[in-house]
Amino acid sequence: MSAKAEIEIIERYCKGCAICAEFCPTKVLEMDAFVVKVANADACIACNQCELRCPDFAIKVHKL
Amino acid sequence: MAYDYEKSIRPGKLPHIWCPGCGHGIVMKGLIRAMDTCGLEKNNTALVSGIGCASRLPGYMDFCTLHTAHGRAAAFATGVKMSKPEMTVICCGGDGDGTAIGGNHFIHACRRNIDMTYVLLNNHIYGMTGGQFSPCTPTDAKASTTPYGNPDPTFDISKLAIGAGATFVARTTAFHATQIDKLIAEGIKHKGMSVIEVVDDCPTTYGRRNKFRSVVDMMKVLKETAVPVAAAAKMSAEQLEGKILTGVLYKEDKPEYCEQYKKIIDRVQGA
Repeated sequence: MSAKAEIEIIERYCKGCAICAEFCPTKVLEMDAFVVKVANADACIACNQCELRCPDFAIKVHKL
Repeated sequence: MAYDYEKSIRPGKLPHIWCPGCGHGIVMKGLIRAMDTCGLEKNNTALVSGIGCASRLPGYMDFCTLHTAHGRAAAFATGVKMSKPEMTVICCGGDGDGTAIGGNHFIHACRRNIDMTYVLLNNHIYGMTGGQFSPCTPTDAKASTTPYGNPDPTFDISKLAIGAGATFVARTTAFHATQIDKLIAEGIKHKGMSVIEVVDDCPTTYGRRNKFRSVVDMMKVLKETAVPVAAAAKMSAEQLEGKILTGVLYKEDKPEYCEQYKKIIDRVQGA
């Protein structure tokens, strides 16, 4: 399965609340200590939910 | 391309001051999308707020903004709208700011049906000042001033707004991110007083005291307790116990205050 979008994480803005990782339907994101990271990039279906629910403007979903 | 939020935010203002997981950022994103949908111009839009966590929102936004006294957002916004009726006026504030300290200004702005949009971020507590209970703190919940549980019944902000005379009242939660911008956009387009209540989470001063283990738990509760208005119509009173109704709760067309005031000016000056 190929990724439908590229997820950009602005680490300087991320406060590690984990909302994005929890509600990602395909478990693309994972928590790495206090910052989120892309763990499974290929599974992204470009649903945009992580970007919509990130309270800190730290995630950008670039559709491919 | 990803959605460009930065064009509406003042340069250098991010990262914002809100706590990790605070839903205010999600609401701010929704507000930016709604303002883009309505095509609002920066120089012709005023964002007005009082004091509190939620009232910091306009400070980040690159529009005409006004940060006023505690609870007085609706009063200052009324002044802005009366002097410049061509401007789009949007108020932002929390539940303590809007319904306790500024409760009087809020209900009278609703009563006048002045053309403004009030985005009320209800996080059930006074967050900035240290977690005192607000009129929206649920009964039995713990706050810094109710360490053994809150004995007070809770204010229903949307019912209060409808009762006071607002002509567009809607409710959503911070979890339902796509609904936030749709409802705010509908509120901005509505001619008259629009109140959009966004039920929000405060992990720092509310969640910790009330046994929510994480922000995610608070978001899950928002997800589970929200019931769309259409679905609620088919449910019994017992099933709706403890639920939050979401969607457009009330809408009607009534004469708008600035237009009515203009008619008086024209009549008296013409006579």
